[in-house]
Amino acid sequence: MIDNLKLLFVFAPTINVQLILDGIFIGAVFALSAYGLALVWGVMNVKNLAQGDFVILGGYIAFAMFPPLHHSGLSTWVIIPIIIMVTMAVMFVLGAIAYRLIIKRVIHQDMFTSLLATFGLSLLMQQVMNLIFGPEVQVIDAELPVLTAFDGFVTIPVIKVVSLVMALVLAIGVVVLMKTSRTGQAIRATAQNARAARVLGIDTDRIYSFTFSLNAAICGAAGVLVAMIWVIQPFYGITYSVRSFAIVTAAGLGNFPAVIGSGFGLGLIEQYTGIILGAEYQGAAAVVMLLLVLIWRQFKLRRNRQVMR
Amino acid sequence: MDAELIKKMTISTIVLLSAVLTLSGAVNSALAKVDGDTIVLGSSISLTGKYATNGLHTKRGYDYAISTINKAGGVVIGAKRYQLAVTYYDDESTPARGAQLAERLILQDGIQYLLGPYSSGMTKAIAPISEKFDVPMVEAEGASRSLFTQGYRYLFAVLSTSDQYLTTAIDLAAQTTDDPSSLRVAMAFENDPFSLDVREGVIDAAAKYGMKIVIDDKFPADLSDMSATLIKVKALKPDVLIISGHSKGAATAARQLEEMRVEVPIIGMTHCESAKIHQKFPVSANGILCSAQWVETIRKSDPIFGSAADWNNGFIAEYPSYSSVPYQSAMASAAVLVWKEAFEAANSLDKDAVRDAIAALEIETFFGDIKFSEAGNNIAKPMFMRQIDSNGNYNLIVEADDMIFPRKAGFRKAGF
Repeated sequence: MIDNLKLLFVFAPTINVQLILDGIFIGAVFALSAYGLALVWGVMNVKNLAQGDFVILGGYIAFAMFPPLHHSGLSTWVIIPIIIMVTMAVMFVLGAIAYRLIIKRVIHQDMFTSLLATFGLSLLMQQVMNLIFGPEVQVIDAELPVLTAFDGFVTIPVIKVVSLVMALVLAIGVVVLMKTSRTGQAIRATAQNARAARVLGIDTDRIYSFTFSLNAAICGAAGVLVAMIWVIQPFYGITYSVRSFAIVTAAGLGNFPAVIGSGFGLGLIEQYTGIILGAEYQGAAAVVMLLLVLIWRQFKLRRNRQVMR
Repeated sequence: MDAELIKKMTISTIVLLSAVLTLSGAVNSALAKVDGDTIVLGSSISLTGKYATNGLHTKRGYDYAISTINKAGGVVIGAKRYQLAVTYYDDESTPARGAQLAERLILQDGIQYLLGPYSSGMTKAIAPISEKFDVPMVEAEGASRSLFTQGYRYLFAVLSTSDQYLTTAIDLAAQTTDDPSSLRVAMAFENDPFSLDVREGVIDAAAKYGMKIVIDDKFPADLSDMSATLIKVKALKPDVLIISGHSKGAATAARQLEEMRVEVPIIGMTHCESAKIHQKFPVSANGILCSAQWVETIRKSDPIFGSAADWNNGFIAEYPSYSSVPYQSAMASAAVLVWKEAFEAANSLDKDAVRDAIAALEIETFFGDIKFSEAGNNIAKPMFMRQIDSNGNYNLIVEADDMIFPRKAGFRKAGF
């Protein structure tokens, strides 16, 4: 461990630049997959255990679309937006179907029913993806260049820059949607008090359906990036589910800018833990971060707590 | 007759009928191990779930061996010729299901001779069952060293144990210099029983030459990013990099070696073929050493399958969808061959006599030599090392002079 710490100082700043960049890039993808969860959890109070599987499904949709588009001779810069938009559209529809068939029936039940239902959905999605695409590890090679600096020591794959930009654009898009549009208002109203929203004429069922579908679409976009940056396999969804839950819990429900913040934070913590303590503690970093945030929040709350006499 | 009586009579009839059916089933199954002139082997194998692909490779290896042996005259015991057949069940890639099915094969189907499942994990689940019922199992796909430290008497494996997977990479590295103790080794292993076994072997080999281990990272199964480890590799510039983490580890490593422009003179890896890194990442795959249980170019043969190349050609003729045959299928065929040889050596169908014959077996096959240790693992066959060249071909490396050294991936130059 001391040797690893020494590394950070001997090779500073190059090693730190690389670590911070990687942390931010990884964090962007984690934030993206957590973004929809914050919505669904905040608005519908459904803890979607199939979150990561939506991400992987998005990756597979992109994986199926990439070869024909690639062979058609289109530039990668045209292909990526097409794939992302089509994947988001397909995932939006699939999200709506999942809502109609499953989520709608558990939304007013207790927490365990919704946990069980989404866990079942997760298992079902894994097996269906396994049947259709097979259990092999798959990747998409977008063939985008890699930028290098500091004599090749720092490398920045362009696809990771794309993912960072996309995470930010989607984040801003969702915030703007929630703040300015009528649908956004309706979503916020439903989140605050579904019954009052219904009294005021909001079709909460439609709002729930839209929210869940939007979550699926955002996950789909994250999945496209996962397939282009890392690897996909039908059973790898759990990685993104766990990270999403940690990020959303740490950020607080409905706090979208904080979701992005915790995403980046998690990415950075994982990178630094990986280099200082070793890769085996990288996963633990997410949980420790969550724990620290919760303790800190508890501490803050205690200060504001008042005793009514 | 009142309704109560009718109900009682119906229930007793059902109970009686089911008892008769069960009994007749038991009688049938007791004979099912040898059905006329057919010896029935049994295997629970992963045909669905996460091991489905490799499970299928294994099943095809078994099937190809069965049909070849049957065509060549089957198994001769005494003056009688027997054909071989296999009863399969799909274990859905879950160990608990595998154990259940092994019990079903033995108790309900009366199988007395087992072929192994796919993967160390599944074999670990089934081995206690075969042990409990004293039914011998010849397995071809469970390499974990821990399988052979439990004192199992009825477990036999034709393949090399996982601790041997990457030791050859260390031996090859040692041959490239006059002072092997000056070499520095970086290791990244998945935190799972198989990869940790591989790690143990590498640590022992490195210690033998006095090499220094500068990175020893164990990444969790749900880790999708190895960049933190690779940053350390870039900073410390080790002479050898060893990576093992199933297909996911191989694919992630190959992708990130390319992305991060990591050049190490020797890189050893497992699961290159199953992750298809030579197709997906030809640039970074160039020069990587990959371990293999078997290669079709070895000079070994047997009277049934012929040489390794003959087996390979015959298998492709039977299953033309393969362009290159995974070694999982070859191992599976070798396991069936062990059964044939053992039946003939024992000259009996008695499972204990056959078990002793397997334990005493010493044969040359297309798959390599087979001789089992007391613990049941094959100690006569080495692991093989192949290097991927710039055309994506896998070339057998026997000594350091055969390999491209130092490895140069030839990344495209780019910069700010």
